[in-house]
Amino acid sequence: MDKALRPGRWLIYAILFGFALFTLLPLIVIVLNSFRTAVEIGRSSLIGWPAGLAWRNWSEAWGHFCIAQRCEGIRPYMENSFMMVVPATILSTALGAIAGYSISLWRFRGDTIVFAIVVMGVFLPEQMKLIPWALVLRELELTNTIGALVLIHTVQGFSFTTLFCRNYYIGIPQDLMKAARVDGAGYFRTFWRIVLPLSPPILIVTVIWQFTGIWNEFLFGVTFTTGVQQPVTAALIAIATTPATDVVEYGVESAAVLLAAIPTLLVYFFGGRYFLRGLTAGAVK
Amino acid sequence: MRRRLADFLPLLVIWLPLLISVAHVVGFTAWTTWLSFTPSDLLPEYDWAGLRSYRAVLRTENTEIAYANLLVYGVGYVGLTMIIGFVLAVLIDQRIRAENLLRTIYLYPLAVSFVVTGTVWSWLFNPGQGIQKFVNSLGWTSFRFDWIIDRDFALYTIIIAAVWHGVGFAMALFLAGLRSIDPDLHKAAQIDGAGPFRFYLRIAAPGVAPIAISVLVILLQYAIKTFDLVRALTGGGPGISTTLPALVVYDFMFQRGQLGRGSAAAVLLLLSLIVVLLPYYFYTHWRARRERTNG
Repeated sequence: MDKALRPGRWLIYAILFGFALFTLLPLIVIVLNSFRTAVEIGRSSLIGWPAGLAWRNWSEAWGHFCIAQRCEGIRPYMENSFMMVVPATILSTALGAIAGYSISLWRFRGDTIVFAIVVMGVFLPEQMKLIPWALVLRELELTNTIGALVLIHTVQGFSFTTLFCRNYYIGIPQDLMKAARVDGAGYFRTFWRIVLPLSPPILIVTVIWQFTGIWNEFLFGVTFTTGVQQPVTAALIAIATTPATDVVEYGVESAAVLLAAIPTLLVYFFGGRYFLRGLTAGAVK
Repeated sequence: MRRRLADFLPLLVIWLPLLISVAHVVGFTAWTTWLSFTPSDLLPEYDWAGLRSYRAVLRTENTEIAYANLLVYGVGYVGLTMIIGFVLAVLIDQRIRAENLLRTIYLYPLAVSFVVTGTVWSWLFNPGQGIQKFVNSLGWTSFRFDWIIDRDFALYTIIIAAVWHGVGFAMALFLAGLRSIDPDLHKAAQIDGAGPFRFYLRIAAPGVAPIAISVLVILLQYAIKTFDLVRALTGGGPGISTTLPALVVYDFMFQRGQLGRGSAAAVLLLLSLIVVLLPYYFYTHWRARRERTNG
């Protein structure tokens, strides 16, 4: 409305869309390849237009494709990831909401120092926790189970969710709390009646971030599970590191990689607004 | 009796998760640090061995290469991500059309795991299948793009993939910062006859400086923790030319089964993280205090 398309404007658009193309390149390539046959890709390169729609790639990737000598496709690993991500997301979010409420509104002796230590968990490298977790999991007899990953991601995620929720709840006026106390509402009733109804925005952000983070996590998955118990990120590494001597089924593998990426991409495209909000909330505060 | 339960239950709900979390943060850190001073090999032992593991870790070539790589990778990844992110944010801020579309595109890599990112880029960088072969097939047969199999250049492929993943994040935060600058300042600058270039240099850049520091610290700690991306993209190779500190830890702990040395390497990783985070912590405190005294 202000300026016409002067040459400078063209340059701006050229740079912006040029970079957008670079950003989209891997996605485009992998989507196209998931419809190309191995022969087709072998004849040209990984970058090219599909001659037909090789739907077989998708069914192979889902149910028959061999990953580390097991030929059941990516499906069992996707199921493992879901079995891990759903309980871990719900548990870590619920516990984080309650802890965030306790720290910011209920207040108790030592709350700031406890909060500071819990938040350190956000920055602590996973490598510092690997051996202790391995030993704890052995004691709990959870070695090589999906339950172990649920436990780890709940404890680990609690630091994130507490940080998110506390930073949100701190904006709720203390007067509201005082009024509730005058009315005789206790810890749980105040949370249930006053805090929770105000929470949907932060809970959506937290769930989205926990889901994405846990689904995409790799190190714990690959360290604490093997074979049939692995989440999909750990299983995908077997694809990435296929020996060069093998005939690589790029079409099928593209479909498999895409399947593994679809859940978080869907979350992003449908919850993008909240995704961004979590980003700024988590980073700027 | 009932009353007591009503008093007791909130305490349990408040403290149990917090105590588990505190135990996990403090306890696990102490545990791994302790193991780093023991002669633990395949199994944890708890005798005192002093700095033996640290000396062993620091003497290996892996560690030396990993930290040299981290320096190059950290500067390349963080620098490029921030520069490109800032430029894109400034360009998007020029009241352009399709802003939402572009923002959605720039940010989607953030939802993609590093394993997927590394896998797909490893295909594109593969000279026999990817970009090189594509350009060759267009007729430019002498075109070479084989960094991923070149010891001296493979690290740059990791930088490219990491920048691809992180630019949207930097752009989003910079854009939020630019949008929060007082629009009156913009007008005042226009009245003073300051062109857009001078506006961004003199007013906008200092205005987003606090955000730039946050972005810097967040990206630096990502850089130090980078693991999955390298595992999927180069596996640390060719040879060990693209190994990073986080891979060295994993290598000691689970490939060589040397828990003491692995722990020492993990503690070194934590220390390098603290070197980045501690100044930031003091900076935020300093800023908070200054804001309080200023008004």
